[in-house]
Amino acid sequence: MASVVSKNRFRDPQVEMAHGAGGKASRRLIDGLFAPILFGSAPAPLGDAAHVDVNGTCVAVTTDSFVVKPLRFPGGSIGELAVNGTVNDLAVSGARAQALVVSYVLEAGLPTDLLEAEVRAMAAAARTAGVVIVGGDTKVVEHGKADQMYITTSGIGHLIPGVSVSPAAVRCGDKILLSGPIGDHGITILLARGELDLDADLRSDTRSVLPLVEALAETVGAGIHWMRDPTRGGVATSLNELAHDCGLGVLLSEDSIPIRDEVRGACELLGLDPLHIANEGQFLAVVAAEQAEAALEALRATPGGREAVLIGEISEQPAGAVLVTTLYGGSRIVDMLVGDPLPRIC
Amino acid sequence: MRFVDEFREPDLITRTADEIRRLANPKRHYRFMEVCGGHTHSIYRFGLKDLLPSNIELVHGPGCPVCVLPMGRIDDGLSMAEQPGVIFTAFGDMMRVPGTRGSPLEYKARGMDVRIVYSPSDALKLARNNPEKHVMFFAIGFETTAPSTALTLIRAKAQGVRNFSVFCNHVTIIPAIRAILDSPDMRIDAFIGPGHVSTVIGCRPYAWIAINEEKPIVVAGFEPLDILQSIVMLLRQLNQDQRKVENQYKRAVPWEGNRAALRAMAEVFELRPYFEWRGLGFISQSALRIRESYAEWDAERRFSVPGVRVTDPKAAQCGEVLKGVLKPAQCKLFGKECTPEHPIGALMVSSEGSCAAYYNYEYRKAQVLPGLSQIPLGV
Repeated sequence: MASVVSKNRFRDPQVEMAHGAGGKASRRLIDGLFAPILFGSAPAPLGDAAHVDVNGTCVAVTTDSFVVKPLRFPGGSIGELAVNGTVNDLAVSGARAQALVVSYVLEAGLPTDLLEAEVRAMAAAARTAGVVIVGGDTKVVEHGKADQMYITTSGIGHLIPGVSVSPAAVRCGDKILLSGPIGDHGITILLARGELDLDADLRSDTRSVLPLVEALAETVGAGIHWMRDPTRGGVATSLNELAHDCGLGVLLSEDSIPIRDEVRGACELLGLDPLHIANEGQFLAVVAAEQAEAALEALRATPGGREAVLIGEISEQPAGAVLVTTLYGGSRIVDMLVGDPLPRIC
Repeated sequence: MRFVDEFREPDLITRTADEIRRLANPKRHYRFMEVCGGHTHSIYRFGLKDLLPSNIELVHGPGCPVCVLPMGRIDDGLSMAEQPGVIFTAFGDMMRVPGTRGSPLEYKARGMDVRIVYSPSDALKLARNNPEKHVMFFAIGFETTAPSTALTLIRAKAQGVRNFSVFCNHVTIIPAIRAILDSPDMRIDAFIGPGHVSTVIGCRPYAWIAINEEKPIVVAGFEPLDILQSIVMLLRQLNQDQRKVENQYKRAVPWEGNRAALRAMAEVFELRPYFEWRGLGFISQSALRIRESYAEWDAERRFSVPGVRVTDPKAAQCGEVLKGVLKPAQCKLFGKECTPEHPIGALMVSSEGSCAAYYNYEYRKAQVLPGLSQIPLGV
């Protein structure tokens, strides 16, 4: 494996914000530094959660850290994100979250009422998602050495019977479903920072997607081939990872992707592509073509799934890339996120 | 979404593209320069080249403020960021532009106080909120952004904010067009005129292009239909043997420009005798500097800057691409050493830079899709 390691070796001289943005630079950091050193060799395609055999029972395990700024924003807060994020990572790996542990890094001087509000937000989110928080850890750093609070949650879950998702299961002709409008979270955070004199009636979409995943599993089961929650880097980055991992092409039709006018407007003004903007309560599913209609109906019949849509399909070409077609027949390749237009969104 | 969707209407776009094919003489070749980087971006983003006949060639012009800035000026600005107590502010476009020792973002990662602002007035606000610091705004842009810098300086003076300064790199569009037309290796049939710049300067300053240089110019908006319609207007002029300035972007561009904005600029700025442009070299009276009466807010006067001329990396051919002599992919570094993730030149950084636009939308498409048209899209 030595040659593989040296070929992909992470050569950037220092860590930059882009390495945490979930796009290209993050992928290079993982493939070139974390994976070869921690896993010994290039890992299997990187999923949202690892599946581990514990005495003959397969368990899903994952972890996620939250550094969002500001701590509270329309539609949610860091505590709620921290629970939903981990529940969702487990859900899209085909698992139902069972238990979470939580770590807090707190900055000395953090007002207690702020902390308490977030702990209560976590408790409420956990109740809604049907998961228990079973333990945790707290560290405090000097004032100025962290920004108020950071939260890490780790979770385990058991696999939803009959569901097995992996890029290797994806076939040409499979259909791509999206659970609802994109970009709400990223743009909400951007506006909540108050750095732009823009107002929009927009809320973060943070929520547990587990009920939607379960509805899908009940209806099409093994017909689900792949799932992902398109958080940092957005839908474009998730689908590029899929294209890269399965070696097939992803075709999207631009006008089928739901984007609220507020999000489109902000993106037009700022020169951002909504496909690169983070979501915290949506997921993508690749399903067998013949089950796509049933899958879509199941999603739409589930609370919170009314806006689910079919946005594209898997094709042989363009291998390893994502192609978006426009209404009038133009087309463009959409790459992973490069750089970091909106740091610290989750 | 109003003012956007109407100009992306598929049926109108198809009809306008048909009109272009009808008007273009198949026996001749057309070279139209879109001066503005915003147009370059739209052309690639919306795949407009796919809609044009092959004998209409769009040549990318120098209208990308980040791209035309020589590396020495970036180094000068960053040297200010290294002074103790200084907050370096700039637009997001600037953040990944490489200087000799890294981009502003890399300086930030090394601990310098570097911040993105969305307007110069945000930088002024930052100065008011941080009286113990000095806030320097790295000002770039053509006449589009110069008025907001001017108004911010007028406000800073009126409010007596003394911990604020501007490193002025504003340039003007007309001398750049003149330099392109004077360039011996350049042959342009007509111009798609810059839309945003013209909201400030109006259409009158382009008259010499039509009268003296005998080239049609149409000031255009940035939506797909705007650009296609401006091509229709250029073809009609050429077919009727006319040479005039026309305004396609009437919904935003008044013929006389924006007088209040021009007044603010005149109050704060004066022309520099000469200024260096990447790729185009020194152009006389092509850039703005801050007047003596605003000296206190002029970063160039407040800080000692190295002012060293830095040549671009040898193999990089940014200059030729900027002048439209080379297509982005003809540069030796394009797509190899120089990519959006690891840009060597600014043209690969800014979304208005022709290399970044070409790389993101066209080059990768060609790479992954040799036979694009054969792909059925069953969704």
